[in-house]
Amino acid sequence: MTFRLAFKAAALAASLTALTTLTTPAALAQNEIKIANIVELSGGGVTPGTYFRDGVLLAVKEINAAGGILGKKIVATNMDTQTNPGVAKGLAQKAIDDGAFAIFGPVFSGSILVSMAESRRAEVPNWTGGEAGSITTQGNPYIFRTSFGQSVSFPKVARYITGKYKNIAVVYQNNDFGKGGRDALVKNLTGTATKVAVEVAIDPGQVDFSAAVIKAKQANTDATFIYLNEEESARALREFKKQAYGKPLIGETTLTGQKVIELAGDAATGAVAHVGLTVDAPTPEMLKFKANFYRDYKYIPDHNGIKGYMGVYSMKAAIEKAGKLDRKAVAQAMKGLDIKVAKYPGILMDVKFDDKGDLDRESFLVEVKNGRQEVIQTLPPLSKK
Amino acid sequence: MTDFIQLCVSGMATGSIYALAALGFTLLWQASGTINFAQGEFVMLPAFVMLALLEHGAGLGTSFVACLIIVTLVLGLGFKKGIVDPLFKFGMMPIVVATIGLSIAMRNGVRAGYSAEAFPFPSLFGDSIFRLAGVSVTLVDIGTLALAGLIVFAVQSFITRTVTGRAMQAVAQNTESATVLGINVPRMIFYTFAINAVLACAAALLVTPTYLAKFDMGESLGTKAFFAAIIGGFNNSRGALLGGVLVGVAENLAAVYISPAYKDAVALVIFMIVILFKPQGLLGKPVERKV
Repeated sequence: MTFRLAFKAAALAASLTALTTLTTPAALAQNEIKIANIVELSGGGVTPGTYFRDGVLLAVKEINAAGGILGKKIVATNMDTQTNPGVAKGLAQKAIDDGAFAIFGPVFSGSILVSMAESRRAEVPNWTGGEAGSITTQGNPYIFRTSFGQSVSFPKVARYITGKYKNIAVVYQNNDFGKGGRDALVKNLTGTATKVAVEVAIDPGQVDFSAAVIKAKQANTDATFIYLNEEESARALREFKKQAYGKPLIGETTLTGQKVIELAGDAATGAVAHVGLTVDAPTPEMLKFKANFYRDYKYIPDHNGIKGYMGVYSMKAAIEKAGKLDRKAVAQAMKGLDIKVAKYPGILMDVKFDDKGDLDRESFLVEVKNGRQEVIQTLPPLSKK
Repeated sequence: MTDFIQLCVSGMATGSIYALAALGFTLLWQASGTINFAQGEFVMLPAFVMLALLEHGAGLGTSFVACLIIVTLVLGLGFKKGIVDPLFKFGMMPIVVATIGLSIAMRNGVRAGYSAEAFPFPSLFGDSIFRLAGVSVTLVDIGTLALAGLIVFAVQSFITRTVTGRAMQAVAQNTESATVLGINVPRMIFYTFAINAVLACAAALLVTPTYLAKFDMGESLGTKAFFAAIIGGFNNSRGALLGGVLVGVAENLAAVYISPAYKDAVALVIFMIVILFKPQGLLGKPVERKV
């Protein structure tokens, strides 16, 4: 009797020990890849942040359904930066404390410029939607873009502008994103035949754009370049239409985004922009992505949805190149990584990363027609000139 | 010259938006002696109520009428019962603090319960654009300015020329004396908040096509409206219109003739000048109080 009782107790203890061992964070961590989706889910950046989050989640769902990465499933956690750099920094620290293998986001340049110090310190790979040039010029080996930085996109924009216009007005957002774009454009236009006749800074949340449009009209420029966030872009387009500006409105990515078109209505018609990513790109992979995204989230994303989506697939490619779940090895694998759609359809377009975390690939010129973007020209990667 | 006129016209349209929100401040001050720092959110909430009704297939008119009933109950009766009644006996400061808390709660409630994104909102006046002597003006601009003027005139007339309006003012000035004179004080206070709720609903209908429906749309609107109300005169409804238009026009002129960087500072500068040299506001009357 005593022996049987002792045997039962021993068996129970062994079972509990085994169960405890299998369910410890360390054991679970070996079976999953934890990623933190730190994005703008409220505040001024809610639209790009939401799109980026949904893009990440769609990629995670697809990769997990196909067996994960190196046989391990991805587990994503969503966190809201409230479009506040300080909050973003705190959340990055929390994600690191929680053992995140990688961080995705934030999308706003002002936030990633602050939060990436945490991911760098903890040596955690960080894919961002931010486009400010300064993100990848600080020698951070753990930061990777999901779209063109201004150092790649603005030479293309400048090339387009110099081929068509002698003088332009520049209307830009008075934040890191906007000022970075303004600086990049002015730098790329320096020494060309095109002059910037007037610059107008717009504060976040500004409602009345009549003064900005009048300044552009007074300068009598050939065109106006608009580099604002979504809501401000929509309000600017409406005011340009109201005042019958009548000259080309050119932008970089945001100006012709789906949310801007929705908010601006007819006023968006005719706007032209350089976009690194568009769901209307004429490729079968992009069309499939667009359909799958709509199936899951019931809306058509803009470039920010694509950024989050292809960001996760570039992590997959880097992990598989490294051959192990090691943050340093993955960050190293990202250097010079050349990802082909033929091998990774989720990357959507062939892309090549450099050693700073910038990427290069084909891009598009789009025009808003009938309430949606239409690709009017495909531009080669910057490296191909 | 055309540009100057364009700036003034656009500024007046924007100013009429500020005026509609500012009217709530002046009404509450005149008729209840309180200040509601959730006034911007009182405009935001009806916008989302109407938006939700529109998404369920209701027309703009039906949505507005249904919204009037809902916000009169929630922002009129609910605000009175939940905030003013329990705190009124402690003076104005607790109410002011409570309204600041209420504004945060309303913003975050809409963000969490509906969406944090911006949504387009249909305009009552369509999107026709007129061009007169080189100046562009939309039907929305004209309609908002005209309706704002009409509403201000109606509110001012109601407050100063009707028995009920005067009774409301009497309650605000001295509750005990008003009670002795036979005025139904609780009813007058309810009327005040109900009218404020209706005004907020009307403001939402006119303002949201320009501001876009967003949970934080009331934040900047409330601030500008508060400045406009102080500038025009807190105890005069017409002052709200004057203050609003003044701020709207001055912002535009400063943006073009000084620098766009100073646009948002203009309201604050005018506010400070008025406070220093005419503390009762441009159209306000000095009030003497025994201390």
